[in-house]
Amino acid sequence: MSADSIVELRQLSFGYGERRILDDISLTIPRGKVTALMGASGGGKTTVLRLIGGQCKPQHGELLFDGQNLATFDAKALYAARRRMGMLFQFGALFTDLSVFDNVAFPLREHTNLTSVMVRDIVLMKLNAVGLRGARDLMPSEISGGMARRVSLARAIALDPELVMYDEPFAGLDPISLGTAARLIRQLNDALGITSIVVSHDLEETFRIADKVIILANGKIAAQGTPEEVCHSTDPLVNQFVNALPDGPVQFHYPSVPVAQDFEAAA
Amino acid sequence: MGGNKISAWLASIGFAVRQQLADLGCAARLLLQLFSLGWSSLKRFGLVRDQIHFLGNYSLAIISVSGLFVGFVLGLQGYYTLQRYGSSEAVGLLVALSLVRELGPVVTALLFAGRAGTSLTAEIGLMKAGEQLSAMEMMAIDPVKRILAPRFWAGVLTMPVLAAVFSAVGIIGGWVVGVLMIGVDAGSFWSQMQGGVDVWRDVGNGIVKSCVFGVTVTFVALYQGFEAQPTPEGVSKATTRTVVVASLLVLALDFVLTALMFSI
Repeated sequence: MSADSIVELRQLSFGYGERRILDDISLTIPRGKVTALMGASGGGKTTVLRLIGGQCKPQHGELLFDGQNLATFDAKALYAARRRMGMLFQFGALFTDLSVFDNVAFPLREHTNLTSVMVRDIVLMKLNAVGLRGARDLMPSEISGGMARRVSLARAIALDPELVMYDEPFAGLDPISLGTAARLIRQLNDALGITSIVVSHDLEETFRIADKVIILANGKIAAQGTPEEVCHSTDPLVNQFVNALPDGPVQFHYPSVPVAQDFEAAA
Repeated sequence: MGGNKISAWLASIGFAVRQQLADLGCAARLLLQLFSLGWSSLKRFGLVRDQIHFLGNYSLAIISVSGLFVGFVLGLQGYYTLQRYGSSEAVGLLVALSLVRELGPVVTALLFAGRAGTSLTAEIGLMKAGEQLSAMEMMAIDPVKRILAPRFWAGVLTMPVLAAVFSAVGIIGGWVVGVLMIGVDAGSFWSQMQGGVDVWRDVGNGIVKSCVFGVTVTFVALYQGFEAQPTPEGVSKATTRTVVVASLLVLALDFVLTALMFSI
């Protein structure tokens, strides 16, 4: 464990039932950098975030958060570790019965004894950082998907975490919102000195903001390095992914019997 | 071949039984956890108060109207039967006893399952589907403590009050039909009721029943929402299960409680 990595996975395996999602993978998340986790859908990217957040337990291997094995934590220690993390869920996961302001204030009110004036100041600062100070009185049903994600980001950084995890922050956003979101992730990472993990499929934006890219495929790490290194990888699977080819090591067809046999059976 | 089939069949029975036991264990653990969170919920009474408002106040209309009609019917049917034996003044006693002992707690619990239980299940299920509960966990906030416990205690506190409202309105309904419409003597209507209804044995047991039903219905609703598959289909199934399971449990528990309370 080096001092410059905040999360480290060591020979970690995880699966649901018979299905192996992560198979003996080892990786490190460098502190203060933006690390992108990429790979095909169902490739275990979100699972890595859930493991780091302690919402799932690894079946083999260990996961170190700031040098400590997360599996040895009891509930109290786990909750203390989670207070040092922020997580942005795919569709924001805002509390639908609370206004934008109250959503961002929620972790502050639950975890601190700050006066309402101080809570207000912090919430407005965080909302200002994501450009939504003016939307504070709106309800989650009244804002767009891109805005919801920015509110969720303000909420994730409300308690000044050391690590922020983004689960598909670009999915389903229009080009303007997408650019805004990407720039925000980079800016917040640098301005607040936090570590960011971005799970995404979006090649262009992700490669633009990431310091390190890790590509997961079939439960293994297919490639890792700087965006340039990954782009020039000769691995056929990585090549298929970064060039968005429909067929290759990841096959277009779901496994089945040969096509001729299927049609004969009907005849 | 035959041996294989039989062992597969036995294995599937074993699997189902183990699954049921595991589910039951999960439910029991959640229930204990909710009870142990009683004190901390009451310390943050604001959260419980909001839920009492949501579950209680919004159920008042359906509870009162149902209570009134049940009272009407009891008054009518009671009068027809009692009149044959020349004791139609006892209709007040009959209405009051039926309501405070049985119909008040039971019908209130059934209505509460339909009115408030379903909304609890759907709310929790949709929060789960929208990853709101996961988000809360990731904020180091226990959703059982922050979301489930205040709702549970609000339901437990609300049910006896609603049952009391139901019984009171029902008695007024019986009075309207018996005294105002049929013309039973008002004095004997009330005095027979006063003489025949015991505070501890009848009213007290009715309150105990509605507390038990409050725990049952609210817990079933919360558990179904919490364990729902986080999909539209899963939430709709969970909502249906809330009504079915809660209603059956209420009726079964009512029999058990009645047997324990009034058999001596």
